[in-house]
Amino acid sequence: MSEEMHHPNYVKIWGILLVLLAISIAGPFIGIRVVTLITAFGIAIVKAYLVAKNFMHLNVQPRFVILLLGTSLAFLLLFFAGASPDVMKDEGSGWTKPSFSYIEQERLVEEGDEHGGHH
Amino acid sequence: MDRPIATTRTAAGLPTGRLAIWWVIVSEIFIFGGLLASYIMHRLAKDAWAGHAEHTNLYAGSFNTLVLLTSSLSAVLAHKAAEENNGPKAAKLLGLTMLGGVIFVTVKAFEWSAEISHGYTVLTNTFWSFYYTAAGLHACHVIAGVVIMGIIASAARKGQELQRVELIGIYWHFVDIIWIFLFPLLYIAR
Amino acid sequence: MAHTITETTHAAPHHEETFWSKYVFPLDHKRIAMQYIFTGMAMAVVGGLMSYVFRMQLAFPGMDVPGFGLVSPADYNFLVTSHGTIMIFWVAMPVLIAGFGNFLIPLMVGCDDMVFPRVNRLSYQIFFLSTVVLLASFFVEGGGFGGAWTAYPPLSAKGAYSMTPLGSTLWLVAVALEFTAFLLGGINFVTTAMNSRAPGMKMFDIPIVVWMIVIASILFMASVGPLIAGAIMLFMDQQVGTAFYDPDRGGDPLLWQHLFWFFGHPEVYVVLLPAIGITADVMTVFARKKLFAYRTVLYTAFATGVLSFFVWAHHQFVAGIDPRMANIFTVTTVLISIPIAEMCFVYIATLYRGSIELATPMLWALGFIATFLVGGVTGLYLGASGADIYFHDTYFVLAHFHYTFFPIAIIGVFAGITFWYPKMFGRMLNETLGKIHFWGTIIPFNLIFIPLFVLGLGGQHRRIYNYNHFPELAGADFQNLRVFATVSLLVMLLFQLVFIWNFFVSFWRGKPAGKNPWNANTLEWTVPSPPPHGNFAELPTVYRGPYEYSTPGRDDDFWPQDAPN
Repeated sequence: MSEEMHHPNYVKIWGILLVLLAISIAGPFIGIRVVTLITAFGIAIVKAYLVAKNFMHLNVQPRFVILLLGTSLAFLLLFFAGASPDVMKDEGSGWTKPSFSYIEQERLVEEGDEHGGHH
Repeated sequence: MDRPIATTRTAAGLPTGRLAIWWVIVSEIFIFGGLLASYIMHRLAKDAWAGHAEHTNLYAGSFNTLVLLTSSLSAVLAHKAAEENNGPKAAKLLGLTMLGGVIFVTVKAFEWSAEISHGYTVLTNTFWSFYYTAAGLHACHVIAGVVIMGIIASAARKGQELQRVELIGIYWHFVDIIWIFLFPLLYIAR
Repeated sequence: MAHTITETTHAAPHHEETFWSKYVFPLDHKRIAMQYIFTGMAMAVVGGLMSYVFRMQLAFPGMDVPGFGLVSPADYNFLVTSHGTIMIFWVAMPVLIAGFGNFLIPLMVGCDDMVFPRVNRLSYQIFFLSTVVLLASFFVEGGGFGGAWTAYPPLSAKGAYSMTPLGSTLWLVAVALEFTAFLLGGINFVTTAMNSRAPGMKMFDIPIVVWMIVIASILFMASVGPLIAGAIMLFMDQQVGTAFYDPDRGGDPLLWQHLFWFFGHPEVYVVLLPAIGITADVMTVFARKKLFAYRTVLYTAFATGVLSFFVWAHHQFVAGIDPRMANIFTVTTVLISIPIAEMCFVYIATLYRGSIELATPMLWALGFIATFLVGGVTGLYLGASGADIYFHDTYFVLAHFHYTFFPIAIIGVFAGITFWYPKMFGRMLNETLGKIHFWGTIIPFNLIFIPLFVLGLGGQHRRIYNYNHFPELAGADFQNLRVFATVSLLVMLLFQLVFIWNFFVSFWRGKPAGKNPWNANTLEWTVPSPPPHGNFAELPTVYRGPYEYSTPGRDDDFWPQDAPN
């Protein structure tokens, strides 16, 4: 079992988390896209940090644990960087994805039409 | 059965159980990370998905976030109780955490039933496919966590294997953190 | 020789063991290792027989293959798919990682078992289930999956295209179960090696093979995650009808390719590292010489592991990826040849001025280096995206990866088995038969795949069941090469009977091995052969590294790790 000299006040941390949750929910109602992004994802990062540090006690684990987790995230970023140029495009060298970003295409499917109607 | 002596050694500087659970977390980061990265790639490329996300139930999602955060609180308090060698108290707090997990899944069941009855099924379009797959994979991890937590809690109540309270707590916090990111990705980004 | 930690040695008298608790549901890491090794070797027979069938079809198209019958196009696709799938996931991984890892790690780090014996047992049970599911998939309606081990959608996603709707899903489920088994097993290997080392065994005193298996487990853990996500999506596409990979409905087949190869490339290093680790341990013993540069080899292995994540799209050069990405991946791919080549050079340097004994394990280890070098060098041609435009999907690729996979899954495995057989079973294998088996494998192996390089250069593309349908490839000179390769395969398969005979006869009639027949240093050679439950009567303390051979000033040419002086 781990032994920390000093427990943070867990209930206080929980309170902060709830406040942050409230802000992130309120964010979209303001309507400004950048604000929504910051409140939604910025706050998510902060909340994750608080849970990781205080509840998972990452601050008292041996250093390599943080190294391990950080490296994992770095490799995920690598995957995203490598795959997104292809997955996020409508077309590449020798292929197109006719229905990828057209809103009409998706709505057609939503309305129950099975085939894209392109062929 | 006899525990092997191998389990008691700590050449890496932390107890074996905790070392193992961190490795489990690493592999899970890649599983969820792969799924979420795939989702994000589609999401960033398709403005239409903002419109689809409008139909998710923000209130259910928010309530579930609240439930999971609170259950994380009870999980870490259970760990504190286990450290103080108070097995029964730890078991009670783990029970509260499990309750949180059950509430989460129940709310989700109602939420999904409503969405399906309104015509938003896993086949509706790729946004909804990702929605059900990602949240579904997460919910499976919640259910598995609740089951394992139950086993650990029943041992803890008898004062046994108290070191495992921390371990299931670490897993549970990880499941919570996944939801902390799923929530804005599926519900707020609209 | 006292141990410094106040831990009791494993003295508790053992519970009554039944047949079931001993052989079917064992907790002991050595028995679980045997389960993995025997399952893996049985699957190797299955995979090998599949290669027999499809090579017969290629050499004598349209003729009845003895023991199989007529090979239809669907049969052919199924056979090549299953051969690849089985050899990688059901032979290389179980034997090299789970088999040798389970057997060696607790013994070599000086503890009594893996840290989680029940999880260990569970991992084999899940693996066994995956084997059953895979084999079952061969017999369902529509037949087994035939969409290649890479399972690209839409072929793998739509039953209407693959014609094997049930087989495809069972294949996917089998692979997913296998991944789960190895994730669980990997936790055991990494945790045991990190935490349960004997007192005195510092990081750089760990035998290379243990390091390699641990690094391989970590690589696997990291790389398989996104593919598990991708497999869940593929399953949904197959069975539920979602469109994750369907471009007509908003999905993307390239996403699968990226998810697959992000795993697929590190996977080849996952299987390479244990084999190259076995080679290190064998070569030092039979050259009676210290490993030339232990830390270099170790850091190189780390670097290879990291770099292996940066090369994956070289499998997708002609799939229509962004050409700028192709440039980047060419550079990284060519770069990754450097650390592995350097490891081979370190091994060769280890031989220099050594006292070389060409026992069977050493022959296999040397054979590994020789053949893997060919594989590595030919990989450079494929890593250069310009050349790959021609080579992709030709037999050049196939010969390249067999010159890497065969050393890994067959040569490396035989090196390990012939080396550790005395420890595992308490008997020596017959040396003469071992040498016959070695030469009877390695020469035919080269005779199979050198013609395939030539065919690939000539433009022969992969996954075609009958080249008579392609006039430019149907000429006699090409067909003669195909026949030659097939005949060589038949010869090689026949020589495996020598090994099977040797393996089983030595089990009962081999010379008793004693504790340390090879005069090696590592801890597994300090215990009886085979090791008892609990491994060590008294848990060892370690005083030095594993490769102190021919140390100047000592009478013996070896210096066990646990000897105080």
